[in-house]
Amino acid sequence: MSLYRDEGVVLRTQKLGEADRIVTILAKRTGKIRAVAKGVRRTTSRFGARLEPFTHVDLQLHTGRTLDVVTQAETLRPYGEALAADYPRYTAGTAMLETADRLTHGEKEPALRQFLLLVGGLRTLADRDHEARLVLDAYFLRSLAVAGYAPVLDACAKCRAPAIRAFAIVAGGVVCGACKPSGSVVPAGETIGLMAALLRGDWALADASESRHRGECSGLVAAYLQWHLEHGIRSLRHVEREPA
Amino acid sequence: MYEGVVQNLIDELGLLPGVGPKSAQRIAFHLLAADPADVKRLAHALLEVKEKVRFCRTCGNVASEEECRICRDARRDTHVICVVEESKDVVAIEKTREFRGTYHVLGGAISPIDGVGPDDLRIRELMTRLADGRVTELILATDPNLEGEATATYLARLVKPMGVKVTRLASGLPVGGDLEYADEVTLGRAFEGRRLLDV
Ligand SMILES: [Zn+2]
Ligand SMILES: [Zn+2]
Repeated sequence: MSLYRDEGVVLRTQKLGEADRIVTILAKRTGKIRAVAKGVRRTTSRFGARLEPFTHVDLQLHTGRTLDVVTQAETLRPYGEALAADYPRYTAGTAMLETADRLTHGEKEPALRQFLLLVGGLRTLADRDHEARLVLDAYFLRSLAVAGYAPVLDACAKCRAPAIRAFAIVAGGVVCGACKPSGSVVPAGETIGLMAALLRGDWALADASESRHRGECSGLVAAYLQWHLEHGIRSLRHVEREPA
Repeated sequence: MYEGVVQNLIDELGLLPGVGPKSAQRIAFHLLAADPADVKRLAHALLEVKEKVRFCRTCGNVASEEECRICRDARRDTHVICVVEESKDVVAIEKTREFRGTYHVLGGAISPIDGVGPDDLRIRELMTRLADGRVTELILATDPNLEGEATATYLARLVKPMGVKVTRLASGLPVGGDLEYADEVTLGRAFEGRRLLDV
């Protein structure tokens, strides 16, 4: 039996047997871990809420034959509490966790940049400085970029011509009039500007954007994300936009 | 892998909650060795529960008639509705003897990652019960964990325009757990000290 320590964000939990749970954690050094938390569903559990989704925890685990076992957990930041009290933020956060799970493939394959992006995304969401859906769209774009699927937004994705006409998911970003495949979307120029701002973290521009461009941006980002992830993101259907 | 019918039984047992492949195998061989009369009684109980038990048309609790025992009881206070996730939570709260109102069983909690949204729960039925304005208090007794909290937040926001007083069980309940595991004293106290939920 070997013990190891790491910090991570709890992505999801599944009930196991009478009172246990399997927790999926995206850990800073180890990457994705699936581990058993024993007795966690009992109200007397020493783990309390520390192994709930969204919690950033400091963990000690021991390596098991099939699943590792959590032996200690200390909360670093409990994002769940703030998010569960605000429904649109909760649904946006859930979509983040699911995306992080889907974009980190193997278990125990280090994914430091995805981990840092997720922690940053949850913190921004919980701080309530920006609209929840904007934070979620920024997270989608950047996590796709880390996974190697950054959309091209500055010039035609096919021929690099500077004059942009449309957004074509199959081409991997914006395209010029000559390269534009039939059936591609022609969004407002401001929408593409908003996507680029979210991708590079320009919050001043993003916060000042109009709601129709935000809506159009969310639609494009969602379609782009679903196209790159085989089965799509289940929780995306339930994400609520805050009233403007 | 075993011969057809035995493997079939193991596969079926393995679909039950909390039963892994090893336990499924153990139960299957226990049944093979058991007295035929005992197995017949078990099979009968399984079929009977599906035939006779249904869900209360008012509150969604398990019932043996159109309405459950609690909804049929004229002594219960119908001005207060306690919202829970599952029928087993009704049992846990009844044990405390603290509550004399009626219940509403949602059938789970909102969990987008598992594909469960508000439309998948008995929320529309709850809104119908609140529509006539006779209910004065709605107690949200969903589990004291993340999904239970988020479900309570959603309901409080939905009900707010109707002017019904919305309360949540006291935070004395340890977070992270399932309501069914809370002991009677703690749960009873959580009822007494319920707080007004403001969203
Ligand atoms: Zn081109
Ligand atoms: Zn009933």
